[in-house]
Amino acid sequence: MIENIKSFLGSFFVTGDPMIYGADASIALASIGIVFYLTYFKKWKWLWDEWLTTVDHKKIGIMYIIAAILMLFRGGVDALLMRAQLIIPNNTFLTSQHYNEIFTTHGTIMIFFMAMPFIFGLMNIAVPLQIGARDVAFPFLNAVSFWLFFLAAMLFNISFVIGGSPDAGWTSYAPLAGLKLDPGVGENYYLIALQISGIGTLATGVNFLVTIFKMRAPGMTLFKMPMFTWSTLVTSIIVIFAFPVLTIALALMSIDRLFGAHFFTIEAGGSPMMWANLFWIWGHPEVYIVLIPVLGIFSEVISTFAHKTLFGYKAMVWSMIAISVLSFTTWLHHFFTMGNTAMVNSFFSISTMIIAIPTGVKIFNWLFTLNKGRIEFTTAMLWALAFIPNFTIGGITGVMLSLAPADYQYHNSYFLIAHFHNVLIAGTVFGVFAGLHYWWPKMFGHILNERLGKWAFWVFMISYNICFLPMYFIGLMGMTRRMYTFPSGLGWEPLNLIITLGAFGMGVGFLIMVWMIVYSAKYGKRDTTGDPWNGRTLEWATSSPAPEYNFAHIPQVETVDAFAHMKEKGTADSIYKAPFQAIHMPNDSGIPFILSVFFFIAGFGLVFEWYWMAIPGAIGIVVCMILRSFKDHDDHHHIPAEEVEQTERAAGRLS
Amino acid sequence: METTNHTPIEYSTEEGSNKILGFWVFLGAEIVLFSALFSVYLVLHSHTAGGPTSKDLFEVREFMIETFLLLISSFTCGLGTIELRRHNVKGLVAWLVITLLLGLGFVGMELNEFITYVTVEHATIQTSAFLSGFFVLVGTHGAHVSLGIVWMICVVIQLLRRGVTPVTARKAFIIGLYWHFLDVVWIFIFTAVYLTGLVL
Ligand code: HEM
Ligand SMILES: [Cu+2]
Repeated sequence: MIENIKSFLGSFFVTGDPMIYGADASIALASIGIVFYLTYFKKWKWLWDEWLTTVDHKKIGIMYIIAAILMLFRGGVDALLMRAQLIIPNNTFLTSQHYNEIFTTHGTIMIFFMAMPFIFGLMNIAVPLQIGARDVAFPFLNAVSFWLFFLAAMLFNISFVIGGSPDAGWTSYAPLAGLKLDPGVGENYYLIALQISGIGTLATGVNFLVTIFKMRAPGMTLFKMPMFTWSTLVTSIIVIFAFPVLTIALALMSIDRLFGAHFFTIEAGGSPMMWANLFWIWGHPEVYIVLIPVLGIFSEVISTFAHKTLFGYKAMVWSMIAISVLSFTTWLHHFFTMGNTAMVNSFFSISTMIIAIPTGVKIFNWLFTLNKGRIEFTTAMLWALAFIPNFTIGGITGVMLSLAPADYQYHNSYFLIAHFHNVLIAGTVFGVFAGLHYWWPKMFGHILNERLGKWAFWVFMISYNICFLPMYFIGLMGMTRRMYTFPSGLGWEPLNLIITLGAFGMGVGFLIMVWMIVYSAKYGKRDTTGDPWNGRTLEWATSSPAPEYNFAHIPQVETVDAFAHMKEKGTADSIYKAPFQAIHMPNDSGIPFILSVFFFIAGFGLVFEWYWMAIPGAIGIVVCMILRSFKDHDDHHHIPAEEVEQTERAAGRLS
Repeated sequence: METTNHTPIEYSTEEGSNKILGFWVFLGAEIVLFSALFSVYLVLHSHTAGGPTSKDLFEVREFMIETFLLLISSFTCGLGTIELRRHNVKGLVAWLVITLLLGLGFVGMELNEFITYVTVEHATIQTSAFLSGFFVLVGTHGAHVSLGIVWMICVVIQLLRRGVTPVTARKAFIIGLYWHFLDVVWIFIFTAVYLTGLVL
């Protein structure tokens, strides 16, 4: 009996590595600390009422961003561990198995649990405000999306201490990720956690599409929408068409692993290549899901701090739409080397190169926006300006990779690693950092410290180039990706050392940023006007932080850059003039959180194939949905006019 | 019918019309989902790995009855929507209940088909890639119908309790959309899986 329990615990918890024991201890300590803090300061009710049950898009956005920053930390630690292993030849810091697990969790976390939620957080904060709405179209569903993401992220993260991490790469190729070659629970974690968060992502896509189509302020036609709103609309459409394919791919592989089916196996007629196709039919659009929104952010930031209307508004919109369509026609460039005919490779080679055209259009439009602008070098603007050249390097090396015959040389080498980090970091990460600085005052009512912000920017940006530029060369010298160690004597030592130093430099940049956030919370300059940057779009028309109902009166829109126009005309105060009326708002609800907890329970059960746990979890999910169906007949309340008046007065908007 | 000139009740509130649009968009995503499953199935159709083929398995009588049950249920569901426009709860509920019974009949027959394959023909999801594709494609549709049944029961209860309000009308309308959609998917299954499977 005791022996049984011992052997169960030995396989349930990951054992044998001092680093893991350290992690176990710190997770336990942090959990105890949080529980103690909440209990001692009697904060449980506050947590439940203000956060766990909220359906307010601004709070949901804040929670997304906090979670994404935590995941950036986790994914970043993974990156540093990998680079620490590769700092010298024949290093024994990590074993091959450990290295496999780390690059898998790094890639998966960065894409699914850092980049996407960070972007969704910024969309949540800004889009309803930019279109002059009181909330998103489906606030309840919005909370469901968030909690599904959050609990899926937790499910994925515990794999590291319970049961073991996935180790077949973020692409989880069959047959490597199949049961035969990869027994154990690790890959199940990947499949189930991504499935759960994918459901939430799809719901977000639907939600923002309807919000943008149906909830714009009067007068705001599609071609008067702010560029970030446009980018969100385009992204939502990509999500709606791409994510169902991921859902199917993950489901089929889960069925292979859990129920012995033969979709992607080698025997009984399965087709491993089908995984590669399904994965990338979703996967290439996915890279645009994390890119297009930040293109919107850069447009906002560049136009605001150049103090000019965006150059070529229509061209910007149409090029985004073109990119979104083309993004579905290029997936095969991820496996040029896997035995396609020359015709097929040529087709996908050309379709990939074509994407460079609309992307180039956008780059030139930003440059022309800057041309003759009164440029103000805020931290947000620095990130946006750094994006242009750094991203262009990633774009050009992308075109190099799209040449099918040449790709036989670059494929799966460090050249590729350098390319996609050049677009993912200089694009997505710089973009969300720019957005974070830009919208921070709207979220919290104070401005992030500019001096620390600039330090973080320079340290991060320079280290980023020290880290990733040498990777192109070491890739051309023959170093392949996913290599856990390398022998001496190949001439790779100096570049690997430099790369690792750059990686740690980025870690320092991240720490400065965290310090900047903490420091600014205490000493940050208050934003009393609601319009700290002399903004052009409607989110700057309301106070900072925005009140629960966003706008006391829904604004009337006449042109693009609606708020800049209102300021010129002197009608900016129209949104907070007395008399006020009662405002109709959605009620909070605990169901999204509880529903997601059941998803977690069911998911954990499936990971371990413990059906005694999975089935009750699934029943819990259905019960929550039925409860919601019976309760949504009166899920709104009114904020009385007096309360609106008090709120506006407290924000200093009424004299 | 005095309601024909006005906005139908399910569209009468902003929330109602948003939710209906949202559901249409969701159905767009469902089309992508089923397209992926269909492509997987069609690719794997010939990968029988020495196990039974579609010709060996499919029984014309069985799948024709299933098809008729589902097609008729779509028709009765449509009749329900007409009663909804007339604000006639009784008629609406009656048609929905008939729809439900037909749907249950369909799911019952499909389960029976699956059980026969597994127990009599020894054709399981583990036998071959073809059968994995078959069970998952047809089963996903069946799971959708089963979920629709649970959902429709909830809507019927709410209609009985509250009558036709903008909220219940919206719910009845949306479950109708869902039901018709599943019918359309079935037509594709009927053609691409069963009919094609008999000849190829
Ligand atoms: C913070 C700085 C970062 C560093 C130093 C870094 C470093 C690395 C390294 C060393 C690898 C593995 C190379 C190998 O194959 O051995 C890797 C892989 C990867 N990284 Fe990063 N990375 C960083 C940030 C990011 C970000 C922000 C993203 C996405 C938004 C990202 C996405 C990926 C992906 C998808 C992989 C591939 C994983 C796989 O092979 O399955 N990384 N990164
Ligand atoms: Cu791609």
